[in-house]
Amino acid sequence: MTESISPPAVEMRGIVKRFGPVIANNHVDFTLEQGEIHALLGENGAGKTTLMRILYGLYHPDAGEIRIKGQPVVIHSPKDAIAHGIGMVTQHFALAAPLTVAENVVLGYTDGFRLDLPAASQKVLDAARRFGIEVDPNARVKDLSVGQRQRVEILKALYRQADVLILDEPTAVLTPQEVEQLFEGLRRMQSQGLSVVFISHKLHEVMAITDRVTVLRQGEVIGTVRTQETTPAELARMMVGRPTFGVSKPDTSPRDDVLLRLEKVAALDSRGLPAVKDVTLHVRAGEILGLAGVSGNGQRELAQVLEGVRRCTGGYIVANGHDITNAGPRKVMAAGVGRIPEDRHESVVLDLTVAQNMALEHLDAYTRGGVLDKKRMRAHAEQLIEAYQIKARPDDPIRTLSGGNMQKVILARVLERNPSVIIVAQPTRGLDVGATEYVHQKLVEQRERGAAILLISEDLDEILTLSDRVAVMYEGEIMGIVPPDVDLETLGLLMSGVRIANEPENTEAA
Amino acid sequence: MKLRIEKSPAPVWFRPLIPLLAILFTILITSVLVILVGANPFHAFYYFLIDPLSSRVSFIEVLVKSTPLLLTGAAVTFAFVGGFWNIGAEGQMLMGATAATAIGIHMHAAPPWVAIPLMLAGGFAAGMAWVLIPALMRVKLHIDEVVTTLLLNAVALLIVSAILNGPWRDPVSQWPQSPEIAASAIFPKLIPRTRLHLGFLIALAVILIVWFILTRTPFGLKMKAVGLGPQAARFAGINVDRTLLISALVSGGIAGLAGVNEVAGIHYHLIDAIAGGQGYTGIIVATLGGLNAWGVTLAAFFIGLIDTGSQTVSRALGVPIYLGDVIQATLLLTTLAFLLFQRYRIRIR
Repeated sequence: MTESISPPAVEMRGIVKRFGPVIANNHVDFTLEQGEIHALLGENGAGKTTLMRILYGLYHPDAGEIRIKGQPVVIHSPKDAIAHGIGMVTQHFALAAPLTVAENVVLGYTDGFRLDLPAASQKVLDAARRFGIEVDPNARVKDLSVGQRQRVEILKALYRQADVLILDEPTAVLTPQEVEQLFEGLRRMQSQGLSVVFISHKLHEVMAITDRVTVLRQGEVIGTVRTQETTPAELARMMVGRPTFGVSKPDTSPRDDVLLRLEKVAALDSRGLPAVKDVTLHVRAGEILGLAGVSGNGQRELAQVLEGVRRCTGGYIVANGHDITNAGPRKVMAAGVGRIPEDRHESVVLDLTVAQNMALEHLDAYTRGGVLDKKRMRAHAEQLIEAYQIKARPDDPIRTLSGGNMQKVILARVLERNPSVIIVAQPTRGLDVGATEYVHQKLVEQRERGAAILLISEDLDEILTLSDRVAVMYEGEIMGIVPPDVDLETLGLLMSGVRIANEPENTEAA
Repeated sequence: MKLRIEKSPAPVWFRPLIPLLAILFTILITSVLVILVGANPFHAFYYFLIDPLSSRVSFIEVLVKSTPLLLTGAAVTFAFVGGFWNIGAEGQMLMGATAATAIGIHMHAAPPWVAIPLMLAGGFAAGMAWVLIPALMRVKLHIDEVVTTLLLNAVALLIVSAILNGPWRDPVSQWPQSPEIAASAIFPKLIPRTRLHLGFLIALAVILIVWFILTRTPFGLKMKAVGLGPQAARFAGINVDRTLLISALVSGGIAGLAGVNEVAGIHYHLIDAIAGGQGYTGIIVATLGGLNAWGVTLAAFFIGLIDTGSQTVSRALGVPIYLGDVIQATLLLTTLAFLLFQRYRIRIR
């Protein structure tokens, strides 16, 4: 290795970043050697993106030091970062669709008023050739696929003389073939001496492309390992850690009746690719079935199918004795299914009031002789606000509420109807400790009441604390169902796509 | 010193101030134009805003001018609240006027209580029909209704021209204007020897109905949910497409009524200038009125006042009559700018 000869491309020491009460980065040390591909691995909210946004000048650290090629630097803005040879490609591309690739690449990077497009086009072509990035400089961005657009973004960074490239979950939007092409390109860049930070939570990709891996968990570095000397299971264990929650689950066992039955359910994602494949799950009364998995393995799509807002392309779903396959939200709710979706903004109208949002799913109950019964809506809201300790007034627009209070509004709306089946996805994402504990408490109460709960979460601690059984999803399939006290080694293997022998779901349904 | 725009919701008491601030700024900005044409802005705005209210005759004229604006403003409001960006009230109004004329000229044997409801129904239906195609294109094919409703305005105008230069051309004068509607189809006057007619009451009734639907019915709440957050509305089990379609159709129907109003209340025949931009002015009225029925009422009166005032002011001070249009347009822009302050504020540091 060359570490001893040349200074590291990037050195970040003791980086601290707070957002209000939340510590996103807690004394993080990170070293990127020249010419290496280095993965930043961790669950959502572990602080990977925050760390790299600090490096790219989008955030300013509360403490810590950054050195680039051995020189201490202060990075105020992306402009400074670019000047230091750092480029970042995020999941949200900043491209002007009607312009050509060459125009996009030179945009904002032209000298003065003159714009020599043929020359720019030639320079773009040269850069593309040098790094083996196949893209036509004269093509218009609007005609390009997502993978090609990403290449344009990378090209933009390279054109600005970046020798450190940060890729924030670059494969999230790509097809498997495009991922392969991206990896080939990265290897070419590496051979040209570029250093790459690869932010990801996909273990197999990290294993495939990187030289070293730094694992973050809850804002702290768990460790840095050489990819060749580690295994997916070890990485999964580092990502996950041990359960740390204060909520305990009463020791009652689930009843026998299956309230939610999924049989060979399949669905496509928004790009039209298969995202959920033959998922069979049975959730019983008084049971929390946790659905674990690294994000982007079809959990989101599965949740949307169950919520009635995404088409099911195969199999069927029965809730409470009602067939709710492709039934739409109204019938899904009528079947006694309560839905708490991943994206809170998906289920509340931000500019309507708390009272209006609380009534929105069941307006018929607040209508008398064709007229809205506003008094009742208000009284209902006041009652829920009291019962669920929501810090808001009935007439406040939801937009003005904190994430925790918004989630309580959604919980209240769903749970007050005593649903027999509850689909809940990422219920505590972005919430502080207090709100998280409150949500967990409520879910445990519902389990006690006898509801069948499907808990979809990327937060393994949450899943392991609350669930009676844990199903693991990988690339749209269920890899296995294990008890929550399973060893993390096994869980890590399942999450990285290794199937283990497991009793099939339908034998236990009898 | 540095100016920064920050995201920060305005306090509740600020909301009703928005139109007032917009009006104040509009007066300041347009005063420059008044000075440029050599008039005293104080005199000009006296004639614009106060003089029309000082005599009974001109006050009634303000009400007459407001009548179609109440209707087009209500039409645009209804669509905008439901998330359907209907820019086509002008065309829907023309179609409503055409239908009203077609019915009105055949009503010689019918009593008013038959003729007038028939014309209203026909005008409403014609406005609905004219918005049906863009509404379906939006719902089924996701084609932007701003473009389609806007372009159909030109189509509507050309159709009216074709009719007026063809089958309905006045046989005597050869002018492109339709035959007169039957006497029984003409809106009765509310006050004798003035132009104030039944249409004014109809417009107020429509405002009342729109207010009721938007604020008192479950459908109104569904419309708001669809307009403000279609994804969340869908999640809550609201039929988004159906809600959009109904919002669009009712909006088109109300704009059609504005056309009926002009034929049966003012002109008694069809001319191609019958809408005269009042469909577009409806957008200003709806925006200035904050998309609520009472705000729309005030805004319609205010624009009616400026319309009346622009004639007075041009007579009295020799200012071009188009200044009224400039004021309306400026008012729309300042209102839109001030609406931003609901969500943002400027911080000086």
